[in-house]
Amino acid sequence: MASKAPRHDMPCQDPIVRGKNFSEVALGYTVETAAEEAKRCIQCKKPKCVEGCPVGVDIPQFINKIAEGEHLEAASILKGKNTLPAICGRVCPQESQCEAQCILGVKGEPVAIGRLERFAADYEMANGTSKLEKATPSGKKVAVIGAGPAGLTCAAELARKGHAVTVLEALHVAGGVLMYGIPEFRLPKAIVQKEINSLKDMGVEILVNQVVGKVTSVQELLANGYDAVFIGTGAGLPYFMKIPGENYNGVYSANEFLTRSNLMKAYDFPNHATPIKVGEQVAVLGGGNVAMDAARTALRLGAKDVYIVYRRSMTELPARVEEVHHAEEEGIQFKILTNPIAINGDENGNVKSMTCLKYELGEPDASGRRRPVAIEGSEFELPVQTVVVSIGQGPNPLVTTTTAGLELNKWGNIVADETTMATSIPGVYAGGDIVTGAATVILAMGAGKTAAASIDAHLMTN
Amino acid sequence: MYKVVKRRQLADIITLLEVEAPEVAKKAQPGEFVIVRQNEESERIPLTIMDFNRDKGTITIVIQEVGYSSNLITRMQEGDSFVTFVGPLGQATEMENYGTVLCIGGGVGIAPVHPIARGLKEAGNKVISILGARTKDLLILEDEMRAVSNEVVITTDDGTYGMKGFVTHGIQSVLDQGIKVDAIWAIGPVVMMKSVANFTRPLGIKTIVSMNPVMVDGTGMCGACRLDVGGETKFACVDGPEFDGHKVDFDLAMKRSAFFKNEEAVAYGKVKCQCAKEGK
Repeated sequence: MASKAPRHDMPCQDPIVRGKNFSEVALGYTVETAAEEAKRCIQCKKPKCVEGCPVGVDIPQFINKIAEGEHLEAASILKGKNTLPAICGRVCPQESQCEAQCILGVKGEPVAIGRLERFAADYEMANGTSKLEKATPSGKKVAVIGAGPAGLTCAAELARKGHAVTVLEALHVAGGVLMYGIPEFRLPKAIVQKEINSLKDMGVEILVNQVVGKVTSVQELLANGYDAVFIGTGAGLPYFMKIPGENYNGVYSANEFLTRSNLMKAYDFPNHATPIKVGEQVAVLGGGNVAMDAARTALRLGAKDVYIVYRRSMTELPARVEEVHHAEEEGIQFKILTNPIAINGDENGNVKSMTCLKYELGEPDASGRRRPVAIEGSEFELPVQTVVVSIGQGPNPLVTTTTAGLELNKWGNIVADETTMATSIPGVYAGGDIVTGAATVILAMGAGKTAAASIDAHLMTN
Repeated sequence: MYKVVKRRQLADIITLLEVEAPEVAKKAQPGEFVIVRQNEESERIPLTIMDFNRDKGTITIVIQEVGYSSNLITRMQEGDSFVTFVGPLGQATEMENYGTVLCIGGGVGIAPVHPIARGLKEAGNKVISILGARTKDLLILEDEMRAVSNEVVITTDDGTYGMKGFVTHGIQSVLDQGIKVDAIWAIGPVVMMKSVANFTRPLGIKTIVSMNPVMVDGTGMCGACRLDVGGETKFACVDGPEFDGHKVDFDLAMKRSAFFKNEEAVAYGKVKCQCAKEGK
């Protein structure tokens, strides 16, 4: 039944139009396109795509249902392995996961698995009425700290097993980076909240405004009736460059910039009360997905020139190819092999420029990437009024420093067993960015799922 | 939802609210703060804790109307609720017996000084409180401060009550009595804390200030509240809000606080316009 048709493009908003709004860029497949794309799948007997998926979704099966027009069935198959398919279909780097393994990719283009996942999940959200059935209560209680991708996935998996799960979230809404980090134009917040509501339907209790480490502690949770604890607090500590002028007005961490815009909806100021301010020229420091999100947000907030300032070359950019492509289409300017050495301000303490150096690539470093080397005498000044620092995040220490006996590595990440996610404290598990450092949504979900399996085993034997 | 159970107008534009927040009340310590949102469209703003009642499960805050969000909050009535009231956040005051301490509150800053003075007195210190206000009508919490202090000195800028002048004049008057001061807590407008720090630096008296920069999350994830303290960048929400006043770069702090001035005026204008229409 496989068709020889080429891979179907994702319809998108026009770049000129979308540069001025926060609506979703990718519009999603229609029923017809989805069916045609689904028919490209050759239904391998030993599907390699499944091996490429961190949560092991039964990919050929759900795609087959789409080809047959059984969209709700497709969604139900997806949800058997992945609780948050509308999110994963949008933000997973499929090109390095499921789609990288697709056999059609050897000679041509792989099946658009991510787009089909998104289609089925969206279809179910719009037309489905099915609610997940509640499992038989096990009588065991688990506390999950952090309502990001790792915590939510762990909570859902535990609820499926009948355990009573309480998720404790520090911010005023659940979702973690899905709410404060990834912009509306890539991941609509209403969709995130709908997927989280389906968890609540399963019986997961989500408590917001709970800063663990301050209002309660891991030890207190264990002493107060929880049989196990999962820590999924993420990588929420922004790194700065530690260059002169970094505290001038107009210098934001990407976390602050994106939190204001996404979580607090500052793009809708003054209807939402949180302000945000960008100058005509904006520099975003860094080359990851967060940097692309910040740059594209700055553009939508009205900046004229938005620069990605990155010290390596285009081939080393850590951001997804699709995100770089979207950014280029929207007019984001890439100042590669460039790095600032100082941020300069005016008499009021506002940013007016950055002093930068040009770089060339030298020998590969420990990470295997060619090391950028500053070119002598290449110093130049780049006029900017806003700088967004997006060079990575570390583990937020609020929970880890208030939990006695919790083993950490030298970067402050929690040391957890790779196969069980168990920490140095019995009954306490951890997963996602708090263990690995800043990584991807789907890897965090995979860790949450693995941890849930070992928590379940722990609960049933203790 | 976090319900206002008591409201008291302390001065024309200064309001006290006692808010139901049992989990916060259970853990709150002097020196800590909460982050609040009044409604679903509100921004998150930090407010230092003025008092806590563990039995009733309430936190008391005092807020002065300075802009949009504080306008919304000072207009709240008993029975109204905050949608977010999260805490306790930040580092608690280091309570020990220092000897003789000055607890200095300027304007609405008298409120957060209150639990610190009480704690320091309970820790065995001799507490001399210096309360400063622009004018008599703006002086708040005098009785409450007297109840937790061994002595109280009052200063008003215009001399309408107590000593005429600033809180630094109050400090001088204490020193003039030959009293040896071992430590000072000073909370108020940044200009006031700066002048106290400048006054005590040559005297070598340990001076702690409580900074109130712009915050968003209040849990260390964004750095909006960063300050320069002794040449190092600190996040006030997790490393503070109390810092050694002799090390804080107050000028930078003031410039950073002014960054959103225009946007704040736009939002404030919006709410004032609404109030005028509603005849409030």
